[in-house]
Amino acid sequence: MGYNAFQILKEGLTGNKGWRPAWRDPEPKSEYDMIIIGGGGHGLSTAYYLAKNHGITNVAVLEKGYIGGGNVGRNTTIVRANYFLPGNSEFYSHSLKLWETMEQELNYNVMHSQRGIINLFHSDGQRDAFARRGNMMINQGDDAHLLSPAEVAEHNPFLDFDNVRFPIYGGLYHPRGGSARHDAVAWGYARGADQQGVDIIQQCEVTGIDIENGKVTGVQTSKGPIRAKRVGIVTAGRSGQVAAMAGIKVPIESHVLQAFVSEGLKPTINNVISFGMGHFYISQSDKGGLVFGGDIDFYASYAQRGNLPMMEHVMEAAMTLMPAIGKAKVLRSWGGIMDMTPDGSFIIDRTEIEGLYMDCGWCYGGFKAVPASGWCMAHLMAEDEAHEVAKRHTFKRFETGDIMDEEGTGAQHNLH
Amino acid sequence: MRISCPLCGERDRREFYYLGSDDYANRPDEGDFDGIHHYLHLRDNPFGEGREMWQHEAGCGAWIVVTRNMTTHEIIACELASGTAPQARGAKA
Repeated sequence: MGYNAFQILKEGLTGNKGWRPAWRDPEPKSEYDMIIIGGGGHGLSTAYYLAKNHGITNVAVLEKGYIGGGNVGRNTTIVRANYFLPGNSEFYSHSLKLWETMEQELNYNVMHSQRGIINLFHSDGQRDAFARRGNMMINQGDDAHLLSPAEVAEHNPFLDFDNVRFPIYGGLYHPRGGSARHDAVAWGYARGADQQGVDIIQQCEVTGIDIENGKVTGVQTSKGPIRAKRVGIVTAGRSGQVAAMAGIKVPIESHVLQAFVSEGLKPTINNVISFGMGHFYISQSDKGGLVFGGDIDFYASYAQRGNLPMMEHVMEAAMTLMPAIGKAKVLRSWGGIMDMTPDGSFIIDRTEIEGLYMDCGWCYGGFKAVPASGWCMAHLMAEDEAHEVAKRHTFKRFETGDIMDEEGTGAQHNLH
Repeated sequence: MRISCPLCGERDRREFYYLGSDDYANRPDEGDFDGIHHYLHLRDNPFGEGREMWQHEAGCGAWIVVTRNMTTHEIIACELASGTAPQARGAKA
C-alpha cells in the first residue's frame, strides 16, 4: 500500500484500521528465475535492484528467520564513505550516494541522518594518517575536513581533550556520514522488492544446493525444493555453511562483534565519534540511547553474544574518551556474527559453480554497504559480470595477493 | 571463557592469544601455492565444534590445540600442540 500524507490523514480519521502488512507472505513457487538465499539487508537490496535496475522480478528471497532479525537489526547503524583503498573508496562512495536518495527511492522513512562522523586522532602520526585518508576521500569526490581540537570541541565539548595519556589532537570530519534506523532499511527494501513482484519467503531454511554438471539448478528448503538457474548466497556470518552445501570452501571465519546501548539521555552526542586510541565508536540514537561498540572478540564464534574482556575494553575506552559516560547506565548489549575475511574487505563474486554467486565477507562493515552491495550483486547476477565499483572484490584476490587490507593489519581473519 | 592450559591449568581467556583454526598447524611446503592459499585463507568455519590454535601468551607460552564449540563457547579439550608449535609460531610472524 502507498504511504503518503493523504493515507496518514485518512487512517488517522478512521481509527488506523486500514493499514496492511508492508509485504506479502507468499508460499514459494516451484521455480524462479533467480533465488537469493538470505533476507538480510544485502539480500533484500539485491532483490530490489534485480527488479528495479534489471527488470528481473521473478525472484525469491529465502530467509531462515524473519526479516530484520539478523545483523541488519543488530548493528550500530553507522553510514559513511571514508575508505582509503582504490576499490573500497569508490564502492562506499557509490553506497553513500544511494543512501542519500534511499528514502525517496523506497518511499520509506529510514531515518537517515547525516549528522557527520568525527574520527579523533591523538598523535602527530595519526594526524598525518587521517589527513592522508581525508585527501583520498576528497579525491573520490566525498567530503572530509581536518578539525583542530577547538573545532572538535564546537561539535562535542565534553570529550576529555586534555587526557594525560591520549590527548585529542583533532579529528577527521566527514559531514555526509551519519546513521540510519537499521531495521527500517530492511523493511523498506523488503517492501520495495515485494511491490515489484519479488517473493519474500520467511521461515524458509535452505538445506541444500542442487548442482548438475557444474551448474546450479535450484535449492532444497524446509518448504520443499525450488528450482532456479541463478542463485545468490547472501548469508553473512553463515556464508561458510551455505557455501559448504555447494562444496565450496570460502575464506571466511565468523566472529562475534558486541554493541551496547545506554538508557535514554537528553541530546549529548551530536555526531558519530570514533576514538583513535582504542577501538571505540559512539553515537546517540533518536530515542536518546548512546549506541557504542568496539572490536570483535577476536575468536571464532556464532554465539550472538560476547564475552567480558571485550566489554571491559569498550567501557574503558568510553571512560577514557568521555568520563561523563560513567554516569549513564548500560541498558543492554548484543552480539552480531561477522563474516571476517583475511583482508577485512568484502567479496561479491561468482563461485566455481556456474550460476552460483556470493555476496559475503562484510566483516563488521556491512550496514553502510546495504544499498551498493545489492546494487552490485544484482548487476553480477543479472549480467554475469562484476559491477565497476566492486570488480576488485573477488575470491581470487587472496590467491593472487591482490588483497584489500584497508587497515594494513595482516592476513588473519581476526585482525581486522 | 576459561581455557585449560595443559601445563598451567585453567586460566582466563585474557591470558591467551588466538591465532585461528588448526589449519595453521599444517603449514604446506614452500612453493605449494595452492596449499598456502588453503592454509592462510580458506576455512571450514564450523557451526559447532572445531579445533583452533591458541597460545598461552601471558603464561607459559605453550601452543595449545583447543577443541571448542563455536556456538556455545564450551571448551571441550585442550592439548599441547607440541610438534606443530614452531610452524604455528612461524605463521604468526
